[in-house]
Amino acid sequence: MQVNEFYEKLKKIQEPKGYFFNKDQDMVMDLLESLLINKERYGYTSCPCRLSAGQYELDKDIICPCVYSGPDIKEYGSCYCGLYVSREWNEGKIPHVFVPERRPEEKIIASLI
Amino acid sequence: MDNNVKLYALSTCIHCKHTKELLDEKGINYDYTYVDTLSGDEKKDILEEVKQYNPKLSFPTLLINEQCIVGFKKQEIEEALQGNASK
Repeated sequence: MQVNEFYEKLKKIQEPKGYFFNKDQDMVMDLLESLLINKERYGYTSCPCRLSAGQYELDKDIICPCVYSGPDIKEYGSCYCGLYVSREWNEGKIPHVFVPERRPEEKIIASLI
Repeated sequence: MDNNVKLYALSTCIHCKHTKELLDEKGINYDYTYVDTLSGDEKKDILEEVKQYNPKLSFPTLLINEQCIVGFKKQEIEEALQGNASK
């Protein structure tokens, strides 16, 4: 799949849920390309900003949009990667802060080491 | 004194890319490893190494001399680089 096609497909699915692409288009395209790389590598769109274990069962919580993106967008206005943001974040109505890793440490260690 | 800079990164990660760009812009010499491109023992060894500095194994993990900075924190990175340059 080409990145532009992927962009349009996701936009249609995610925007009605309140997940908007970051207004930084270059960043979005980079991240979507990375998602396609991970789809090719692992068979699923594992989060490009986290290290994948390469096994679906271990990675299912970080398949984009990850289970942490909802709480992150709610709390910070942006997901961990910055791919999806809230409308208010894009409009500059809320501050753009560093989004810390919400995935529990035990889960990360268990999947990677 | 030159900074001793080491970056643990993922080839797909945007925050890692931004960190690399910042170091490049500043003309910093640094070593970097794309952990997602490694496999087997090489990957295991590097992860053990990263874990010592950052138990959450998140990326980018950046070492500037003795200081570990997790995530693309521009100001912290600049201060760490500058702190050493002024010594």
